[in-house]
Amino acid sequence: MAIDLKKTDVVIVGLGAVGGVAALPLARAGLDVIGLEAGSWLTPRDFAPDELRNNFRGWPQAAQKANTEIPTHRPNASAPYSPRLPIHPMMNGVGGTSLHYWAQSWRLNPWDFRVVSETTRRYGAARIPKGSTVEDWPFGLEELEPYYDTVEHEVGVSGQAGNIGGTIDPRGNLFEGPRRRGYPMPPLRGTEFTERMATAARKLGWQPFPGPAAVNSQTYDDRPACQYHGYCNRGGCHVSAKNSTAVSTIPKAMETKRLQVVTQAIATSVAVDEKSGRVTGVNYVKGGQEYFQPADVVLLASYTYENVRLLLLSKSHAFPNGLANNGGQVGRHYMSHHTGNPVTALFPFELNNWYGLPAQGAAVDNWADDNFDHSGLDFIGGGNLWVYSDRRPIGAASMSTFGKAPTWGSAWKSFIKQNADRFNVAYLQKTTLPYEDNYLDLDPVAKDPMGFPVTRITADHKDNEKRLGAFVQDKMAQWFMEAGAIAVEKGPTGTMGPSTHAYGGTRMGDNRASNVVNRWGFVHEVPNLGILGASVMGTSGAHNPTLTAQALAWRTAEHLATNWKTIAGG
Amino acid sequence: MAREAGDRPRDVSRRDLFKTAGAGAAAAVAGAPLAPSTAVAQAHLAAAPQLEALETLTAAEADILEAICARLIPSDENGPGAAEARAAHYIDRALTGPLRASRDAYAAGLAAVDVYAQASKGVPFPKLAPRDQDAVLTAMESNAATGFTPNAATFFNLVRTHTIQGTFCDPYYGGNANFAGWDLIGYPGLRMTVGPEEQRMSAPKAVRKSAYEDAMFARKGSQRGGDHGHRP
Repeated sequence: MAIDLKKTDVVIVGLGAVGGVAALPLARAGLDVIGLEAGSWLTPRDFAPDELRNNFRGWPQAAQKANTEIPTHRPNASAPYSPRLPIHPMMNGVGGTSLHYWAQSWRLNPWDFRVVSETTRRYGAARIPKGSTVEDWPFGLEELEPYYDTVEHEVGVSGQAGNIGGTIDPRGNLFEGPRRRGYPMPPLRGTEFTERMATAARKLGWQPFPGPAAVNSQTYDDRPACQYHGYCNRGGCHVSAKNSTAVSTIPKAMETKRLQVVTQAIATSVAVDEKSGRVTGVNYVKGGQEYFQPADVVLLASYTYENVRLLLLSKSHAFPNGLANNGGQVGRHYMSHHTGNPVTALFPFELNNWYGLPAQGAAVDNWADDNFDHSGLDFIGGGNLWVYSDRRPIGAASMSTFGKAPTWGSAWKSFIKQNADRFNVAYLQKTTLPYEDNYLDLDPVAKDPMGFPVTRITADHKDNEKRLGAFVQDKMAQWFMEAGAIAVEKGPTGTMGPSTHAYGGTRMGDNRASNVVNRWGFVHEVPNLGILGASVMGTSGAHNPTLTAQALAWRTAEHLATNWKTIAGG
Repeated sequence: MAREAGDRPRDVSRRDLFKTAGAGAAAAVAGAPLAPSTAVAQAHLAAAPQLEALETLTAAEADILEAICARLIPSDENGPGAAEARAAHYIDRALTGPLRASRDAYAAGLAAVDVYAQASKGVPFPKLAPRDQDAVLTAMESNAATGFTPNAATFFNLVRTHTIQGTFCDPYYGGNANFAGWDLIGYPGLRMTVGPEEQRMSAPKAVRKSAYEDAMFARKGSQRGGDHGHRP
């Protein structure tokens, strides 16, 4: 029998990148918040610079709930399943994946909010790819700007502004939308290699700039600056210079005494009042015991796959096809961010990429979004080019041989001895659109250890994504060659399997026939249920999603606090 | 390394002697105090305290695996290879733990290597000349070798992946002995703080240490050191 707990104002499912942010404005507003987190607290002692453990064995997330519920994937409804991933970096723990993510903290560019209207205005409606379900966001960048600003300061983001109130600063991103003020910290420093790349970009007539990062470039909120030791990629920070919510917003929320963190709590369903159709609380399991946590308002803040799964698992008479799914929109408009079509370059000299972090690099936005004329092109959107300093021994020894050496033996050994520090792999994030046949649902066969079906991804890249992937790849190759590379290798488009950038499934929009949540992040069908995370995003943009998901989470939470009686009172 | 030759169901091969000598040479480079003696004697002296058990593999399986690792990353003019780095020892340990899902693949795959070597060359794999061992591995990589489930290339790639892990991992895990792997590719080592000068394009002088030599990450690490910067 489930133990009924005392009712609270708000229960948040998941205290990661977005739940950990939303807790702060709620707690400051005096609301009692209970945060259910499937993982536990981790401390800097857990974050050893250990490539084998962090990057190949998936610790600490391998031991976690998230790793037992990795989604299955098939490219389309009649295709065979892809091999299931053994490890996925999404993790459980207070702070969630923000503990060990790359911490690139981008705002979306203005175009990303208005893909349909801007494409139609500039090129005609026929340029929206066939089969795409893309819509304009219910608001533009200007609506989200204050929340981006708040999160940048509360979490701590370093970076170089490119547009303050319409005044362009060429040291930053010329293509960003206007911001009210600069970043709270200057950008992370460059390396000799990233500076070389920036110089090459300028020679091509492009405008390179350092990327924004939720990593301290100097002491911030009493936490020290980044030590650049090279193990940030899938590793937590040993000095808490990476601004996960576990060291930023969650401790601030706890200081108010309004946030109670419940660790190792695995949410199993959201409970519904059958008459009103409103949610009444969350069922969870902790230590083998079932609990029911009643609340006036429920906020789902687990990852995209788990937000969707928890809704679909929460069936009732009022919602026979899953919570919030009477309109059949849960799981629709799904996107795995297009980060395929990689480019790897080989240089004739050593780069010393051994130290640094994935957020320390040079960016180019000239070929992102609609920052260039698409009139003569056969796709819309584009990609952010990102070159960074990040290398560890096992990964280095596993490098491509560029067709210049065998894959083992003395000749291979000689090749890697010479070239292990002479290659660089660019990170290319590209516009990804939603399509009518790319979606999430429950897998009919695969189950987690508790017996619940895992999420199934049915999705594949379409022509638009393939074409822009090849286009962006050419630009990146050009950049590497300008910087002195002697060879470049272009990788394939890749699949839309489980991603660390997963969008959609509970899309935000005014039209309740095609969207799960309204413009404030609350479910059209269930007014006291809010959804946080990239699952509400209707477009991907060409930049990492976390800061946008955090800004949206802050906005939803602030809206809830401001309209408490309307939303909670029923 | 502490396994005596007499424990094995075969004689000490030329390769084993070479391997042992290579480890001694690596230790000498690392500055280990050695008595002035022959290379082999030095190697035994240096290796003596390093007890080493087979935790997962049978002795016969370990012989085959050692021989494969020694050809994948051979000891040659570019320095010690996977044998000296103790990649096979790393794999043996990991197969009881994080790599246990691969245990059956190793049992079947290593047996298949020997059967294929016998069938194609008439000699068990460990006793083949290096050139013939390479021919077997080439046949495995190209999937021409028969008798493997699901196929030879799958097993080849599994062993290659794990041999690279065992050669280039943190030495805590039983491989990368004497930092043989890190020295090979010029990894300048673990620095908990890296300054701007150390991110110039010429890498700084190598630091040779395991992550777990840092008191903060060792199991008996200092609580005080571990909490710095962390709230609450």
